[in-house]
Amino acid sequence: CSWSEYSESIESRSKSCTSGSDPQQPKTLEAYVGFANLPNQVYRKSVKRGFEFTLMVVGESGLGKSTLINSLFLTDLYSPEYPGPSHRIKQTVQVEQSKVLIKEGGVQLLLTIVDTPGFGDAVDNSGCWKSVTDYIDSKFEDFLNAESRVNRRQMPDSRVHCCLYFIAPSGHGLKPLDTEFMKYLHEKVNIIPLIAKADTLTPEECQQFKRQIMKEIQENEIKIYEFPETEDEEEMKLVKKIKDRLPLAVVGSNTIIEVDGKRVRGRKYPWGVAEGESFKSEFVLFRNPLFIFRTHMQDLKDVTNNVHYENFRSGKLAAVTCNGMENKHNGQLTKSPLAQMEEERQENMGRIKKMEQEMENVFEMKVKEKLQKLRDSEAELQKRHDQMNRSILAQHRDLEEKRRQLEEEIATWETQQRILEQQKLETLKGGNKKKKIF
Amino acid sequence: MASTEIARQAGEGARAVPLSGHVGFDSMPDQLVNKSVNHGFCFNILCVGETGLGKSTLMDTLFNTKFEGEPTQHNQPGVTLKSNTYELQESNVRLKLTMVNTVGFGDQINKEDSYKSIVEFIDAQFEAYLQEELKIKRTLHSYHDTRIHACLYFIAPTGHSLKSLDLVTMKKLDSKVNIIPIIAKSDAISKSELAKFKIKITSELVSNGVQIYQFPTDDESVAEINSTMNSHLPFAVVGSTEEVKIGNKMVKARQYPWGTVQVENENHCDFVKLREMLIRVNMEDLREQTHTRHYELYRRCKLEEMGFKDTDPDSKPFSLQETYEAKRNEFMGELQKKEEEMRQMFVQRVKEKEAELKEAEKELHEKFDRLKKLHQDEKKKLEEKKKALDDEVNTFKQKKTAAELLLNQAQQAGGSTTLKRDKERKNFF
Repeated sequence: CSWSEYSESIESRSKSCTSGSDPQQPKTLEAYVGFANLPNQVYRKSVKRGFEFTLMVVGESGLGKSTLINSLFLTDLYSPEYPGPSHRIKQTVQVEQSKVLIKEGGVQLLLTIVDTPGFGDAVDNSGCWKSVTDYIDSKFEDFLNAESRVNRRQMPDSRVHCCLYFIAPSGHGLKPLDTEFMKYLHEKVNIIPLIAKADTLTPEECQQFKRQIMKEIQENEIKIYEFPETEDEEEMKLVKKIKDRLPLAVVGSNTIIEVDGKRVRGRKYPWGVAEGESFKSEFVLFRNPLFIFRTHMQDLKDVTNNVHYENFRSGKLAAVTCNGMENKHNGQLTKSPLAQMEEERQENMGRIKKMEQEMENVFEMKVKEKLQKLRDSEAELQKRHDQMNRSILAQHRDLEEKRRQLEEEIATWETQQRILEQQKLETLKGGNKKKKIF
Repeated sequence: MASTEIARQAGEGARAVPLSGHVGFDSMPDQLVNKSVNHGFCFNILCVGETGLGKSTLMDTLFNTKFEGEPTQHNQPGVTLKSNTYELQESNVRLKLTMVNTVGFGDQINKEDSYKSIVEFIDAQFEAYLQEELKIKRTLHSYHDTRIHACLYFIAPTGHSLKSLDLVTMKKLDSKVNIIPIIAKSDAISKSELAKFKIKITSELVSNGVQIYQFPTDDESVAEINSTMNSHLPFAVVGSTEEVKIGNKMVKARQYPWGTVQVENENHCDFVKLREMLIRVNMEDLREQTHTRHYELYRRCKLEEMGFKDTDPDSKPFSLQETYEAKRNEFMGELQKKEEEMRQMFVQRVKEKEAELKEAEKELHEKFDRLKKLHQDEKKKLEEKKKALDDEVNTFKQKKTAAELLLNQAQQAGGSTTLKRDKERKNFF
């Protein structure tokens, strides 16, 4: 799902949960029941569990990433004992993580800082975003596998929750590398762009630079992290303040300087000291540049979990099940891969059955045809046989008739002959008699 | 501060670093709480118990509202489950409460299958969640969770022991849901009897291996109160939505001729304890237990049933992709085999039928060959007969011709003789 869908669903839930089953207002209870204590229970449990957060910093060398990290958490995450990656020379873009456990006000936080030394440092930087995306994807994959196991344990969440992208303070606009990187990563992680080493820009330059950057971000349709709207007025003011100042311009410092008797974190120049008080201008947030962590750490985690991770997961699972078939129906994505496979199986079974039926039909038809032919030829032959029989019979009868005729003729002729014979005899006798007389 | 789960998980990989100022992430629990409050909470209770034990009344009392429903009769043929969802709000907390009632439980003569519909219902809710979780495109964060978080098992106040139906049912349910047994209508039992009853019930549960829900004691802030409450289980409760004036307050109570039982008086019954434990202190834990223990167990069994394994025979872990692909290949292989089988069968049938038909054809031809031969014979005979006849005709003709010739000759001779005679005669005269 997209971020906008997600935020809409959050809004609709918080506005009124009365839409849905109960058309009336939620029942407000007359006397004390006690579930108003639920938030406290949640609080208690979360403190007991502890928190974790993974922060990724990306930017060219020398932009002050390590310094900023240190000043961010007011501690030396990178120190002489644990040198940061910048002290080591890298040929290719590496991804390195350091884990620290920090406590404040009873709350324990396991913080993982992911650094990308070598980013943008090579001569040919094409594809330098790849190791970063691979890292993020591998963390998603780890989580996905852990989530999908049959025996699930506590799943450590090492997914990248926030990516601070350091923009060099050129004053002009985004470099091609910047837009490239952000385009590849904006759908995988919450990107918060920062202008690094902002103390090299005058306030006006800074303002213009920011405008230019935001314009380019919009033109390239890059989705940076959106600070969510909230109902709390105080918070909304803060959110609006941040939104107006994006991208945040930051200056980091590791050194404590004495200014007017006060010890502050600052950078000392021949022409002055850049530190919190003097930067009370609107354009640089110095002392706690990312005070957004005070209010938005949980939301960063939520967006990572509900938007970026879900996108990764659905992509991965869709690939597994559709397996080469183009996404025929988008409706398939609302089922689990198993249900889908089951459906596929049923479909195939149905297909086979149909094929079977068809073959059966063809078979039957052919058999019928053949039988019919046989019957026809049998009938034909039978007819001829009968015909011949009849003709023979007729001939027999003819013959019989002829014979009869013949016999009749013979009989008649014989009778005639006898008469003739007799006549002859008589004539002869008479003649003889006559002769005798004379 | 005690070590958190996260810290324990991180173990060697992380080093603890002290902060030198206020960063502000200690607001994270608050952020989380705000998010939950905005999202709203959801809780599902299942009430199991015989008809007439006061389940609906207790729910009304517990949540201080009048829920819908008519009291059910005793003549149900089987056990059905009716669920109702309500939206409640207390200060700024919204709760979506679902109450499921077992209708007709314990009313039949043969109660062997009573637990079945309950187990099926619980499993169905798990299944729905599992299906949602397995979808490719899923919306878990806005999913309305219908899994049962707590099961209140109402025990009849006999004062003696658990009924066998109770033991059987609870045994079937204890691995699927958090069971909280309560003694219903406990104003029928005196205090001394109650103590004995509770002990008897607990020992019976233990000896039958029924796992009821234990209030968690691992969190220091609530450990003490929870462990105390654990010792009071099962709670003996009285429910009432009627109010009676005691002193100058209206309290929920049941009024008898001999006295008034006040629902919220801890000396009279354990109602307040139940409310504390169920709602105020451990609601979240009940939900967590349902999700991490009962649901996971169901899921594990279901997946294993479907043939999923975590590791292949070499004990190497399967990735999700491999698992699905393996299953898919299995399916396809099956299908292909079926198709092949069918084809083979058809080929066989066709061959057989062909042979049959050929046989029939051959027979037919033979038959007609025979007939033909018969014809030939007949014809021959006929010919012979004809010839014979012709011969006779010829013979006769010859005879006739010969005879005629003779006759003619004779006649001629005779004729001439006759003529001569006649002439002579004439001459005579």
